Amino acid sequence: MKRMSLKGLLTIGTLLSSALMTPYAMAQGSSEGPRGVMHGFFDLFAPPAPAPGTVAQSNTAPGSGKEWTTPAGSLNNQRYSTLNQITNQNAKDLQVAWTFSTGVLRGHEGGPLVIGDVMYVHAPFPNTVFALDLNNDGKILWKYEPKQDPNVIPVMCCDTVNRGLAYGDGKIFLHQADTTLVALDAKTGKPVWSVKTDDPTKGATGTDAPLVVKDKVYVGVSGGEFGVHAWFAAFSTADGKEVWRAYSVGPDSDIKVDPQKTTALGKLIGADSSLKTWQGDQWKIGGGATWGWKSYDPRTNLIFYGSGNPSTWNPKQRPGDNKWSMTIFARDADTGVAKWVYQMTPHDEWDYDGVNEMVLIDQDVGGKPRHLLVHPDRNGFAYTLDRDTGELLVAEKFDPAVNWASKVDLDPNSPTYGRPQVLPQYSTEHNGEDVNSKNICPAALGSKDQQPSAFSPQTGLLYIPTNHVCMDYEPFRVSYTAGQPYVGATLSMYPPQGQSNMGNFIAWDATTGKIAWSLPEQFSVWSGALATAGDVVFYGTLEGYLKAVDAKTGKELYRFKTPSGIIGNVMTYEHAGRQYVAVLSGVGGWAGIGLAAGLTDPHAGLGAVGGYAALNDYTSLGGTLTVFALPHS
Amino acid sequence: MTPLPRALTAICATTFLLIGIARADGSGDPTAVTSEDGKYLDKEGTPTYKVDPDGKVDFYTYVGFIRYSANCLRCHGPDGLGSTYGPALLNSLKTLSYGDVLMTVASGRQKVSASQDLVMPALGADKNVMCYIDAIYIYLRARSNGAIGRGRPENHEPKPAAFRAAEDECMG
Repeated sequence: MKRMSLKGLLTIGTLLSSALMTPYAMAQGSSEGPRGVMHGFFDLFAPPAPAPGTVAQSNTAPGSGKEWTTPAGSLNNQRYSTLNQITNQNAKDLQVAWTFSTGVLRGHEGGPLVIGDVMYVHAPFPNTVFALDLNNDGKILWKYEPKQDPNVIPVMCCDTVNRGLAYGDGKIFLHQADTTLVALDAKTGKPVWSVKTDDPTKGATGTDAPLVVKDKVYVGVSGGEFGVHAWFAAFSTADGKEVWRAYSVGPDSDIKVDPQKTTALGKLIGADSSLKTWQGDQWKIGGGATWGWKSYDPRTNLIFYGSGNPSTWNPKQRPGDNKWSMTIFARDADTGVAKWVYQMTPHDEWDYDGVNEMVLIDQDVGGKPRHLLVHPDRNGFAYTLDRDTGELLVAEKFDPAVNWASKVDLDPNSPTYGRPQVLPQYSTEHNGEDVNSKNICPAALGSKDQQPSAFSPQTGLLYIPTNHVCMDYEPFRVSYTAGQPYVGATLSMYPPQGQSNMGNFIAWDATTGKIAWSLPEQFSVWSGALATAGDVVFYGTLEGYLKAVDAKTGKELYRFKTPSGIIGNVMTYEHAGRQYVAVLSGVGGWAGIGLAAGLTDPHAGLGAVGGYAALNDYTSLGGTLTVFALPHS
Repeated sequence: MTPLPRALTAICATTFLLIGIARADGSGDPTAVTSEDGKYLDKEGTPTYKVDPDGKVDFYTYVGFIRYSANCLRCHGPDGLGSTYGPALLNSLKTLSYGDVLMTVASGRQKVSASQDLVMPALGADKNVMCYIDAIYIYLRARSNGAIGRGRPENHEPKPAAFRAAEDECMG
């Protein structure tokens, strides 16, 4: 084989790829105007929108009941259920009641909804949705399977996951991989309307679970590793019309802030708060993806969500704080205008996306009752803020291994108020390009990723599934091409030195920032938790175990090994007088990519061959829903 | 997984059997016989790796690790070992030739069925991949032949001036 010059190769490659990508480009071109609305025949029969102001579930409601109508069970994201048939006394008797295969092999994140007597189950790409009749042993009432161009698959960072469905206005909402937001008639599964929210040829994809509040459905976008210009938007549940769209980075009008009203840590952000923190036009490919969980407080009409990493992963290439990536947003649900913002990781140097769940809880802090927002971040700090004002109350490490920063400055009079105190040895900006910064904890997948925590008002504790993994991180120069990965760093991952467990399941006191108890897990815990009034907390493991533990002590009550590793979220519902607990298994996602072959410690020397446990030795692919209940008495 | 193109692979495999090469991959005997500005070539002129007895690797193998981890790991897992999402390239290179690899990387491939949607993107326009494709190939060739282990190579030859020049020209 004759060698070719780099330039020659590049030319050939360009020709080949452009020839091969033509059909896709054409398909995309036909729907020009990515936000164009497509109305369906079924519009005519769509039920009227509920009167503004009516909310299916209020934040003040104690949690989810017989149904499970939002991704987290309730709009406050507590993942708490008032059902108490299954208790810490009888959970040991749980059995599998029924199972259902999705027919898809990829990673299954999220979980089903239950509305009335129907369960709605979703799958990763091709984003199949099933409506199952709970009155008839889960018979399939309808199935929706969109036709999507498979070229979207490789622009989905880290597996073709989808985090679930939303319900409202008689419709089931799905944000498809190709960024089609579709509203399905909940009774028939027929599309009522669909709208294209972005453009996958530029690396934008849909993976998030939408959230419905009143007459709007809220969605965000994925693509932080492709330099997307990320946004968060509200669409009318009635017809798919875009009501507002707010970008994470860019000019004030695009990011929907009011320089004279929007605050950060109690201070006005002023004009051009984002533009001032980027060099030139870099914000246009600045990322700040919004693929995490959304929550809502009807008391203030604020919607909460987080933004992800600034693109690229090489911090040297984007000087400045890169606002408002890595930020918690509190926006008016009707207008989209931000009331307050808080950037957790200014000028990210480690890929610590800020998209994790915002859990809204009411607890006393320092003897005073507060309306709180609790957010366990990828960067290893759990933040407790006043959700009405954005005041920072607590910021503590929820994994003792976290070392990239010593603390978050909580002194309001300090010039670095609210900022992490970064240690130079772990700063990939400080160490520079082409330098391997070692032993940084947590790894890029964070002390936790999207796997959502649960809160029990009975114990006052937040139950957090965590990763316990560190990394070496080497940033380097990278060039941007639309629709191609824009990463710019190499990393190796391994458990903290001297330890072999790659995860913990912890109980966290958000008012003091302290761990109440911690259960070591062999692998990262990548499953969303559930807390119930029966004082039972449920979560899944990457080996595939569904585990039930005592909410007060963490004592294990029950475990069952499902067909595949669990990266889905546990939920519960009641049907015909019986409480059920359900979870999707189906290994994949970032966890499946990073941990499948097992980790090795690059600093352990040549003797340590094999390193740590490999997920491949425990589980294999395949999506299944497993539903548990107590035996019939 | 089915290698591309099959006919070529079959011919290669048969050749290896007939002439009984002890160590071989989809491009034949990986032994380095010449070098040009720090890049090593086998007897066919195909890029290859060079690993010293003390574990020191050539610069391309090292850069290949860096660029593989940045651009390929997301699907194919760390160290070429595969993931729940993409196949282990360590195995693929036992049958894929240098030409096969260039073709697949540049133009992508699809294996879409009722139960599986495996899609490799066309990376021909991606400078972050194509400017380093020889290095990525050399790294994976070394992994496939067991010449280097997992993780970042501990020690490597210095960056050749020719590499720096080619990188600057290619990355722009």
